[in-house]
Amino acid sequence: MTYTQAALLGVVAAMLVDLAVLRTGLLRRGVFWVTYPIVVAFQLLVNGVLTGRSVVRYHPDAILGVRLAYAPVEDLLFGFALVLVSLSLWVWWGRRGVQPPDHRRKV
Amino acid sequence: MGRLTYLAVLAGCLLAALWLEPVFRVDVLRRWRRLLLTVAPVVLVFGLWDVAAVAAGHWSFDPAQTTGVLLPGGLPLEEVLFFVVVPVCAVLGFEAVRTVLRWPVGDERGAAGPGGAPRGGTPGGGGPGGGG
Repeated sequence: MTYTQAALLGVVAAMLVDLAVLRTGLLRRGVFWVTYPIVVAFQLLVNGVLTGRSVVRYHPDAILGVRLAYAPVEDLLFGFALVLVSLSLWVWWGRRGVQPPDHRRKV
Repeated sequence: MGRLTYLAVLAGCLLAALWLEPVFRVDVLRRWRRLLLTVAPVVLVFGLWDVAAVAAGHWSFDPAQTTGVLLPGGLPLEEVLFFVVVPVCAVLGFEAVRTVLRWPVGDERGAAGPGGAPRGGTPGGGGPGGGG
């Protein structure tokens, strides 16, 4: 399996986690789609530095070769999966009553 | 910067997001238990992906730009910290956006009953947690 295939699989798995497994439905919520572009801007910066300075080196056979700010486009997919799963878990725990938002609104 | 390069990038990333905690009073770090429960599975799953990717030769790390501390599976310490830093930054950003926009995200009191399907997000729909 190439990184391209693994990254695509990762995105599909992350979407399934959000929509079907944890049922947080973030992909249907505005807050996610406002947050994601902000996060992705920093992600491009971080991945760009790490790849541009060759801290992380990709095997040419594992990627398509299309790059965005030095980093292979596959990193964008990997990052999307990482962020979606993280936020889905965060909301899921909150919905289950683990330190939900209400406690802080005691002004 | 040499061997601290990767570590410095992570520190910069964290610094770029940490101010959201006091400025927007998002209480993400204060809710460390919830944060820990969120980050732990991410570290585990994406760490395993990383180990598999390194084994498959998808990517490798420059030993001259990492501390040299290797964790089980041969991953540099920084790579595991990446899976801690990125989720923490993402949650900080998410909670800041939510604080500003006051749109529901699904963890509000009574947002969804046990096992209930999440409702679609209706921007400006007015979540129940808006009192202030």
